[in-house]
Amino acid sequence: MFTYTLRRLLFAIPTLLIISFVIFALLDLAPNDPTGDLPLTIPPEVREQIRASLGLDQPFFFRYLYWLQQFFINEPLNILERMTGWQFGDGDRMRVLSWATRSPVVDLIVQRLPQTLWVVGLAYVFGVLIAVPIGVISAYKQYSIFDQIGTFVSMVGYSVPTFFTGVLLVVIFSSYLQWFPSVYDTNLVVTDFSSFVQQIKQMALPVAVLSLFNASQITRFVRASMLDNLHQDYVRTARAKGVKEKSVLLIHVLRNSLIPVVTVIALGVPTIFSGAIITEQIFRVNGLGQLLIIAVQGADIPLVQTLTFIFAVLIVLFNLIADVLYGILDPRIRYD
Amino acid sequence: MKNLKLLLAGTVAALAFAGSAAYAARGTDGDLKILFWQAVSTMNPYLSGGTKEVYASSMVIEPLARYDEKGELVPTLVTEIPTVENGGVAKDLMSMTWKIKPGVKWSDGTPFTADDVIFTWKYCIAPDGGCAQAAQYEGVKSVEAPDPQTVKITFTEPKPYPYSAFVGAQSPVIQKKQFENCVGAKAPGCTSANFGPIGTGPFVVKEFKPNDVITLTANANYRDAAKPAFASVTLKGGGDAASAARAVLETGEYDYAWNMQVEPEILAKMVAAGKGKLETAFGTQVERINLNHYNADPSLGAKRSTKEAGPHPSLSDPAVRRALSLAIDRSIIVEAGYGAAGKATCNIVPAPAAVASTKNDSWCLKQDIAAANKLLDDAGWKKGPDGIRAKNGVKLSYLYATSTNSVRQATQELVKDMWSQIGVGAELRNASASVFFGGDPASPDTFQKFYADVEMYTNNFDGTDPEKYLAEWLCDKVPSPANGWQGQNIPRYCNPAYDKLVGELSKTAELDKRATLAKQLNDMLTEEGAHIPLVHRGSVSSHSLKLAGVKMNAWDSELWNVADWSRAK
Repeated sequence: MFTYTLRRLLFAIPTLLIISFVIFALLDLAPNDPTGDLPLTIPPEVREQIRASLGLDQPFFFRYLYWLQQFFINEPLNILERMTGWQFGDGDRMRVLSWATRSPVVDLIVQRLPQTLWVVGLAYVFGVLIAVPIGVISAYKQYSIFDQIGTFVSMVGYSVPTFFTGVLLVVIFSSYLQWFPSVYDTNLVVTDFSSFVQQIKQMALPVAVLSLFNASQITRFVRASMLDNLHQDYVRTARAKGVKEKSVLLIHVLRNSLIPVVTVIALGVPTIFSGAIITEQIFRVNGLGQLLIIAVQGADIPLVQTLTFIFAVLIVLFNLIADVLYGILDPRIRYD
Repeated sequence: MKNLKLLLAGTVAALAFAGSAAYAARGTDGDLKILFWQAVSTMNPYLSGGTKEVYASSMVIEPLARYDEKGELVPTLVTEIPTVENGGVAKDLMSMTWKIKPGVKWSDGTPFTADDVIFTWKYCIAPDGGCAQAAQYEGVKSVEAPDPQTVKITFTEPKPYPYSAFVGAQSPVIQKKQFENCVGAKAPGCTSANFGPIGTGPFVVKEFKPNDVITLTANANYRDAAKPAFASVTLKGGGDAASAARAVLETGEYDYAWNMQVEPEILAKMVAAGKGKLETAFGTQVERINLNHYNADPSLGAKRSTKEAGPHPSLSDPAVRRALSLAIDRSIIVEAGYGAAGKATCNIVPAPAAVASTKNDSWCLKQDIAAANKLLDDAGWKKGPDGIRAKNGVKLSYLYATSTNSVRQATQELVKDMWSQIGVGAELRNASASVFFGGDPASPDTFQKFYADVEMYTNNFDGTDPEKYLAEWLCDKVPSPANGWQGQNIPRYCNPAYDKLVGELSKTAELDKRATLAKQLNDMLTEEGAHIPLVHRGSVSSHSLKLAGVKMNAWDSELWNVADWSRAK
């Protein structure tokens, strides 16, 4: 298992390099421009100077190598310096700078990460917690009323886009009932009970929207996987041996059914980091998804490049984790 | 009847009370919550020319003089506006002198001097800095300080309208001490200075979260001891225009929201909730349809829309250009897409009032399908079996491009329908705004390349003087591959008589004469069909009824008088 993991990790390096090049090339080919959003009163020659100051007058390959150096050498050194307090060289390294804010991209990401992890991560956890029991009951009582309602709700949750459910919840709970705020206050610091309640209130709507979406997806997997196992021979054997129905269901069937589900859940973890672009935008949660969409709209290429690349790293990493988990959970599978 | 009187009296009293709230002491009115649906990226307008950055920074850093809501110059950091009459502007128009108000302090307590003004100019013209506001300092030869309270600007050539450098929210003065080591290529590296510039304005940046939220507190060293009334400002960014409008007008979570680009009927419904109101101000923005004077036939490949392609086969006919304008019912376009935020117009310079012409309103503002049809009939354009007019094998069928935006697409549909009534066909196309306005020479979809027969967008000019703007239609400003598609004469209009008149304008100093010339130039463009002006667009913002003192301004930052805002009681 260890050599397998090591081999996969080594193999990930050329994969990621190729991904970074493809992202860079695609972004370079995209016909948008960082000066595109500026008012037309700014004359063309000034725009040309702005582009030059962003380094856009350099050849493509040079810019790519420059980004590689900034991202793989300068940024890690910078993080190391900050963590240890040591000084490498003169410390005056060019970091990856966002074009819109002219500030280091990594700082922006660090600033955004907690909100995304809280809102999107919590929604993922809730989604899983809701999905597993519903999936189990739905499968055990196949075609019962519970199963029918569960299937209906998960189909609705899965097929209605979050930009609709999000706005719907805002209209009902913020505009009409006025229970929850429609705008996420990113300056709120939890210091006492009332600010904690405030935080819960402002997280309620975005978390609800995303939980519904996540739960709908995972429920379907749990249900399908449970149904597969319920009809296996070992279940009949267990029942014939007189094992209690509760044990059959929760120990024998559920554990076996969860193997593929755990993989699916692990594969879904990177989507937490990439944030929920639409939901974050609707509720103005200052997470990574919102950062990405603003960067895309403003043609802030270094920011888009760095964010997408980090997502690529996470996806490659969690694919590996899912594979390893599979091996650990299912003794029949051995990679070596 | 008695009740009505009582009600009226009450309203008057309430109004009077709301007016007096402005006299509150500094910092007594709590937090002012502003919502910009496009989040602010930096507080340094020299590094980003975006409107949102310019507006947000105007609460912190100030120019020497700014425009008020009527478009008149008012002194901010100086004692008076220099003019030829008061001796502030030299008789030969080669220099001007500003006198700084005594006792003005930066928010860190240090005195504001002429040195800071000189530094600001040097900061923006430094090579490799990519200063977004460099155009404001165009024609400035030097900035000197005869004494710490005096700034003398010398120009490279006579400037009949000298109010550009250090005037308006686009060219505020920054502190020399703070930015001294941030000049040129070093500018982007100074993150903390760019996010929290020290200023002379009513507020000071407390915390800046890029692309998200800015927290500001009242400036303890602000020159008016009684202002600002608010102790702090929270400027939140992100989302979309409709939900921003909802947060002010329906839920009342915010006091002020900028740029309400929302369908008029949706806005009207929100206003009916009774929590806020809309403010509109008309500046110089005009939505227009540019008519390509060169041939844009795709079969010409890289030559299309350039001089080599030759004149446009049908749009070069003045009768066609006029008929296209006559066929459009501008009031329907305004009603459907703009509501209170638009007025039908036939001018490319629609404001200020002194330079706004009315000469062409008589024939142009009203839709006249019959006259348009007659014009085309007389010019020999005959309707074919498909209802599209043609002459000598040339069809009146146009590719109509614009940027992606729901109002623009709706307008495209309306215009297409109106043109179909005079036998003119249109194929509609739209490109994402960041591509359309992006100016990438490699992209075929930019408005500069104009690979279409007609295209629609909005443009305007800064401040109140249209000279520079009207010079955009000069023959030598036509975009072409030779100049990398740079050049602002997008319709490829070229008329030596026009060029001559622009030359005359640049030599005229008397305001009356300038206005007359500007009107003439504007009329020339409309009459000769360089473009079809459609809608004079206003900026719309919404504010809560609990906020007093808002004076919507289209000539400068909308937040120009934020120091005077207060909580209505």
